[in-house]
Amino acid sequence: MSAGTRPVRLTGGRRRLVLGTDRRHVAVGVREAAVCATAALLVSALAVVGLWLGDFPLRLDEVLGVLGGRIDGLTRTVVLEWRLPRIAAAVTFGAALGVAGAIFQTITRNPLASPDIIGLANGSFSGMLIALLLLGGGWHLLMLGSLAGGLLAALAIYLLAYRDGLSGFRFIVVGVGVSSMLAATNTWLLLRADLETALFAAAWGAGSLNTATAEVVWPAVGIILVLLAVTPLWAAALAQLELGDDIAAASGVAVDRNRATLVVIAVVLVSAVTTVAGPISFVALAAPQIARRLVRAPGLPLAATAVVGALLLLGSDLIAQHVIPLTVPVGVVTVTLGGAYLLWLLVHEIRRTRWSTS
Amino acid sequence: MVDQLTARLRADDVTLRYDQRIVSADLSFAVPDGSFTVLIGPNACGKSTLLRALAGLLRPAVGRVLLDGADLGTLPAKERARRIALLPQAMTAPDGITVRELVGRGRYAHQRVLRRFSHTDEDAVESALADTGTTDLADRRVDELSGGQRQRAWIAMVLAQETPLVLLDEPTTYLDVAHQIDVLNVLHRLVTQGRTVVAVLHDLNHAARYATHLVAMRDGRIVAEGDPASTVDAGLVAEVFGMPNQVVPDPVTGAPMVVPADTREPVAG
Repeated sequence: MSAGTRPVRLTGGRRRLVLGTDRRHVAVGVREAAVCATAALLVSALAVVGLWLGDFPLRLDEVLGVLGGRIDGLTRTVVLEWRLPRIAAAVTFGAALGVAGAIFQTITRNPLASPDIIGLANGSFSGMLIALLLLGGGWHLLMLGSLAGGLLAALAIYLLAYRDGLSGFRFIVVGVGVSSMLAATNTWLLLRADLETALFAAAWGAGSLNTATAEVVWPAVGIILVLLAVTPLWAAALAQLELGDDIAAASGVAVDRNRATLVVIAVVLVSAVTTVAGPISFVALAAPQIARRLVRAPGLPLAATAVVGALLLLGSDLIAQHVIPLTVPVGVVTVTLGGAYLLWLLVHEIRRTRWSTS
Repeated sequence: MVDQLTARLRADDVTLRYDQRIVSADLSFAVPDGSFTVLIGPNACGKSTLLRALAGLLRPAVGRVLLDGADLGTLPAKERARRIALLPQAMTAPDGITVRELVGRGRYAHQRVLRRFSHTDEDAVESALADTGTTDLADRRVDELSGGQRQRAWIAMVLAQETPLVLLDEPTTYLDVAHQIDVLNVLHRLVTQGRTVVAVLHDLNHAARYATHLVAMRDGRIVAEGDPASTVDAGLVAEVFGMPNQVVPDPVTGAPMVVPADTREPVAG
């Protein structure tokens, strides 16, 4: 019957640590665990740097003292109330974007299927502009508008692209089309707005964590953490979908239901980020691909993608805040890195789909 | 005729269509238990569509596909996949996946969230590798394999699913003749082990040699079915494929062998 805890062994051709009994266990890929641990250490180090640097000068030992609970007063306020929300936002938003990207790239089987390319961000922006211009604003209304915009854009793309199943290529092409239409709508909405509103919306539209204050960050972080916690329940189905809809279905995946659930998870993750920070490009596109290369796994590893995404966004935000002389929105940094990455991807990875029989 | 009582899987008066294009109308068909059933017919005659319907991947617009008396459309996907496996025509392997990992993906229907790498799964994978002669390839990457090796790896994945019914859509197409025979022998062994195999094949002589139940289709209809010796004759082949031919006994097994008539243009002078 049950064999007890087994040590590291070779399962599925890869070293995995199987924890638990034969009947109930979790398996951890050894290499993926190492990648996650390394990236998590880097994230922690960058987080401390982020809490340390800023207009209000602090010593590193003061930051560590606050984190250790030994220092109170203004220092504590600066670290935990001024700076922590932004760091927490960068980490969770990066993870959320990465996981959302991995989901979209896997179900479309295309590394270009990132939520920013298929128009979710523009949809969120449209929803937010409508909430702002027509309904008068207020954070909760803006959040709802952004969430609704993202979900509606995803639904529109899904319905327009669906025909006897979902072809990844059609999904992307339809997404790019919807994205352009929404971008035009957004421009038109902005032209009708007064200057102050337009400036606010334009700053948001570049993708920035400057507005990441405690009141707006914590609800989004909460939503994201809950979703990231449940996503592993669909990881096995997602891995089957890598094999194509037919094999996934024949092997026992209820394809349409699982795919719809995964799309909703990804859309809510992206919308939660976009609502607070605006459209941040590149992280969703690159984090899954970088994680896959580090883990050397077939398919996109979700946990490693989340940690790599967190590292990318936190790193980009620190560059945007402290390295570049002007304060630029983090979206500008990520989009620049994204452009370089995209070129590299296009040059190196034109070959994608393989037919096993050819 | 087919004994309806010993067919776990059958289609009852089904109409199969994609969007508005009807492929088959009022089609009834039963897969004899324990048979090696082979579907033959010209391109676009509805073989693959029928196979997809039998596997539960295409829901009939009218009628039902029954598995053990229950409507296939109402079975949960995992429960269906523990009884029927399908190897489709075109497969995409994730970049860098190894043969053992690919074969392990066949275990999805038997796994749960907290039970994905059990000894049972491992044993199923090892025996699927052994049955297809891919044990030595287990740690190789699928994208490094030759066409024949890759096809056996995919078949191993389907076998790891451990289903009594195994459906395969053109498992030998694009393979050289020696590899085709390899694959057919693997399938034959499954049948001798008690599984039911349904395959779409293009090579009529292979179909006639390996099938225990042969089904000839044309224009979405079943033209003839039965054991190859009493089903395949020149008239049937001419009717199904529109090709003049002779049928002679295969010198090796005595099964019917189709020889196309010489229809070359005579050379002048």
